[in-house]
Amino acid sequence: MSTRIPRRLAAALLLVPLALPLAACGSDESDDEGGGGGGGGGGGGGGDTTLTVLAAASLTDVFEEAGELYEEANPGVTVRFSFAGSQELAAQVTQGVPADVLVTADTETMAGVEGETGEPTVIARNELTIVTPPDNPAGIDALDDLADPAINLVLAAPEVPAGRYGREILDRAGVEARPDSEEPNVRSVLGKVRLGEADAGLVYVTDAASAGDDVLSVPIPEEQNTLAEYPAATLDGAERPDEAAAFVEWLSGDEAQGLLDDAGFLAP
Amino acid sequence: MRRRPPLTLAVPALFGVAFLLTPLLGIVADAPWSGLGERLTDPAVTEALRLSLLVSGWALVISLAFGVPLAWLLARTDFRGKTLVRSLVLLPMVLPPTVAGVALLQGLGRRGLLGGPLESLGVRLPFSTAGAVVAAVFVSMPFLVISLEGALSGLEPHYEEAAATMGAGPLTTLRLVTLPMVGPALAAGAALCWARALGEFGATITFAGNLPGATQTLPLKVYLLLQDDPAGATAVSLVLLAVAAAVLIALRGRWLAPGGASPG
Repeated sequence: MSTRIPRRLAAALLLVPLALPLAACGSDESDDEGGGGGGGGGGGGGGDTTLTVLAAASLTDVFEEAGELYEEANPGVTVRFSFAGSQELAAQVTQGVPADVLVTADTETMAGVEGETGEPTVIARNELTIVTPPDNPAGIDALDDLADPAINLVLAAPEVPAGRYGREILDRAGVEARPDSEEPNVRSVLGKVRLGEADAGLVYVTDAASAGDDVLSVPIPEEQNTLAEYPAATLDGAERPDEAAAFVEWLSGDEAQGLLDDAGFLAP
Repeated sequence: MRRRPPLTLAVPALFGVAFLLTPLLGIVADAPWSGLGERLTDPAVTEALRLSLLVSGWALVISLAFGVPLAWLLARTDFRGKTLVRSLVLLPMVLPPTVAGVALLQGLGRRGLLGGPLESLGVRLPFSTAGAVVAAVFVSMPFLVISLEGALSGLEPHYEEAAATMGAGPLTTLRLVTLPMVGPALAAGAALCWARALGEFGATITFAGNLPGATQTLPLKVYLLLQDDPAGATAVSLVLLAVAAAVLIALRGRWLAPGGASPG
């Protein structure tokens, strides 16, 4: 018979993971002097506010930075992000996810949830690029090379903006590319290229920049490229509509625009 | 007469049941019953269904081919590191499937441990149906091994000893005596293994990617449908729910009592 863990120890071990998040919640609440906190999230009655921002996967790095900056400038406000494919975020909004702000990677997805958002503002633009592993094993030089059935090509699913833009670009260039996988968001396309599983993928210029030397970027000429627009809007279901509106406005301001510019986004 | 359970147990137990039941009722209540046939015969759905059956079928075949000998070895022989092997077999059951997918990429992906040798053999697993099968085998084979090993361990060894004294070799004994006796447990393990393979999502999307007709199985289709067409996602979920329920009904709780298999 194998060695047995004493029962009490086992019970204690089982309780540890249960107790940890509870303890974390407890300390959160003790910070909040006002007590009597409102609905969900960490937001209480008094000074502390948690803004939940649903953002397109391609905004991951720059928004995390922007969030920190915003929190510094606005003490008492915590910005929490949920990054996913725009279409998935829109689906979450339709299903009533508790959140305050939505930022998608295309105006079409934003228009699809028109009834549940405030007036959207375009905060940035972006372009697509081909990415390959650093050594470019398949020797990709241009869009035409993506038609080669022998290469491992990964695109975003046609449901998400990056996938739609990518297909637009390929169609317009008359390239008949057959992807080997349609990833649920643009960041997983980047991931598959970074891992070396894919020979090429289509991602945003900013995604390629965020991966640094892990990927090689093969630019798509401007006349073949397409311009992605990122609209931001408050959600009608926002628990704190005023703070949500302030955040959306801040995104168009100099500070946020500087960050977006640094990350390679184009001005709206 | 049956004892009435004390309220302190019955009430939380009822909550437990309600908690498990509510989401399932949600699917049934929300299902687009009127357009169900139309949605389920949609070519995109039937393609995912066909692929799911193909992938889970192959996963079952491969799991049987490797899992039955493995279960026999664990139950019938003693060797150093047996506990370790058993833990290894159990690991995929408790491992998050996405982690399984990452592990498969690092082990069998193009840049993974065996990526080079596999590529020189012309085998490419990521982004291929074969990759989806590998992901399904990885997460589902443990169900077969554990179920069968339990039954084998609970089996009285003297039937096998008797066969051996009559001159049957180990393989003949396994085929003619042991396996028929653990038949029900083997069937139960196979059914669970197949159902798990059919439901596999995380390892598949991580390791094999998502491509209609090649790696987009029903669970992946549900995930993507939910973004575009929630009613369609509910319809497909209903099918998977029905399959899962059918498997459990067919088993009638048999897998809970491994070793309960009786000869004959």
